[in-house]
Amino acid sequence: MRVVIAEDHALLRDGLTRLLVAFDFDVVAVVDNGPALLPTLLEHRPDVAVLDVRLPPTFTDEGLQAAIAARTRLPGLPVLMLSQHVEPLYARELLSTPHGGIGYLLKDRVADVSDFVDAVHRVAGGGTAMDPEVISRLLARREPLAVLTAREREVLGEMAQGRSNAAIATQLGVTEKAVSKHINNMLTKLDLPPSDDDNRRVLAVLAYLNA
Amino acid sequence: MRVDAAGLGRGARRGVRGVLDAVAAIGLALTNIPLLAVAVVALVLTPVPYLGLALVPWTMTLVRKRTDLERRRASQTGVLITRPYHPLPERGVADGWERFRWTVTDPATWRDLAWLAPGAAVGLILGAVGVLVPLYGLLGLTLTPSWIWLGTGWYGYGAVWSIDTFLAGLLSVPQGVLILAAGLWLAPWLRRVDALFARLLLAPTRAAELRLRVTQLTATRAGTVDAQAAELRRIERDLHDGARARLASLSMTIGLADNLIDRDPAEAHKLLAEARASSRTALAELRDLVRGIHPPVLAERGLAGAVRALALSLPIPITVDVDLPGRPDLPLESAAYFAVAEALTNIIRHSRAHHGSVFSRYAAGLLTMVVTDDGRGGADPAAGTGLRGIERRLAAFDGTIMLSSPPGGPTVITMELPCAL
Repeated sequence: MRVVIAEDHALLRDGLTRLLVAFDFDVVAVVDNGPALLPTLLEHRPDVAVLDVRLPPTFTDEGLQAAIAARTRLPGLPVLMLSQHVEPLYARELLSTPHGGIGYLLKDRVADVSDFVDAVHRVAGGGTAMDPEVISRLLARREPLAVLTAREREVLGEMAQGRSNAAIATQLGVTEKAVSKHINNMLTKLDLPPSDDDNRRVLAVLAYLNA
Repeated sequence: MRVDAAGLGRGARRGVRGVLDAVAAIGLALTNIPLLAVAVVALVLTPVPYLGLALVPWTMTLVRKRTDLERRRASQTGVLITRPYHPLPERGVADGWERFRWTVTDPATWRDLAWLAPGAAVGLILGAVGVLVPLYGLLGLTLTPSWIWLGTGWYGYGAVWSIDTFLAGLLSVPQGVLILAAGLWLAPWLRRVDALFARLLLAPTRAAELRLRVTQLTATRAGTVDAQAAELRRIERDLHDGARARLASLSMTIGLADNLIDRDPAEAHKLLAEARASSRTALAELRDLVRGIHPPVLAERGLAGAVRALALSLPIPITVDVDLPGRPDLPLESAAYFAVAEALTNIIRHSRAHHGSVFSRYAAGLLTMVVTDDGRGGADPAAGTGLRGIERRLAAFDGTIMLSSPPGGPTVITMELPCAL
């Protein structure tokens, strides 16, 4: 699977490359600044791009802007954003680009190697990987969520991050059947139409949380 | 010409207020004379032991009360006069020689005294004109009936002199209306002239103005330095007790795991998992710390983006309308952001509002930020530290905060920062 990496910190760049290579990814290009990013993405059209939000020369949100521009030019280009901090605002901007795999994670999550690699695969496959911190900050502000039970809120949080029913079941230590029952109840309560497509389901939830 | 009844009513009310003000001006002007006399006596008695040193400051306190009243009256006519006096030193001044010296070395003391006599003259003359002209107008309105009683031949009014016939007597009515209108128009204008004259002597001189400015800057600088020192202490403490301690324990745990990895791989795994959890907490703490110093989203997106991001994270919906032509200097932008953030935090904590809004625009060298909510109102800057904190933050940049929060709401906080964009 072909990957493009953009990260300006040499230590983190080497670490990311080493990690992805160790898990059989084919790192086709490594970029360390903003201006070079968009041409590289357009040229290589990777299966997934792992990008830092903040890049030189301005050290603002150049990575994010390049990702949004690339996804507008190449709809569905899977992008996993990494950042030292996460902002629901940025998550919303990423989600407003044409559909296709999207991830937005704290850099800390890379330390959980298997979870991280799993997230890269999920995004490459057109799925979603949202940082729990984004989700918890969105969940915290929604009063209408009071209609949900504690368990349903837990399931909603996991689902919004992009996890499949099976993964949620493992995470919470319940059966998959129970998870799908919770999800159906929850989607009904929140007036979100259920869908078979995991990614569409997550986008619906995120759209609801972002509203 | 279209006659605007409401405008005419307003004008008349203003005029009547002006006339009442003129009456007050006459009364107040009369107090200047005894004040001046007492001051002169006090100054003459200065060499008398005990009595002199006490009498001058006491008299000047009276004089200052009188001139302060004049300044307040002037501000009501739109003529702003700043108090020009030397500020009391922080440790205060003792009675006796020290207070005497503090009083007489202030040039404003002598300027106050110099104003008393001419101020009284101008006040009396302008006050008299302000009262007599409308009174003469009123006289014109009542003259015709009076004339019938008074008889003819020895009295006149306005341009008709003397009134010999009934018809000539009737002419006093339109003249009276005109003179009354002119008097009502004149009265507020005379008040303003009086205020402008007061400003000549009661306002700070250029030197006094600079001194006041220095005093104000010294105070805001002290506030800024204090706040910054406290902030550095907090950061140092957080780093020392938080991230640094955690990283130290982390390296110990990893060292121990390294030692155990051959003998007891299971235990080593457990320790490594612990180490990972610990590193994550350290990172989270560092992240929070950074957010408190300078939020990353502010650095990346400026005020508009940062306020929008902040609004997203609050439990009630906040409408954000921030449209600025550029980005202010970083320290000022940061102060503006934290001021808005503090105001929004206040809303969440105290207002019980269901909805809030942030509006910000830049015009003519002034960055204006308005934070409102639909809560219960009654916010009091004296009660909480939040509003004071905003005030101090903005004061460092010559900014101001205005609060309107009647009980029952709504609360409107208007913050202004002079800057160039």
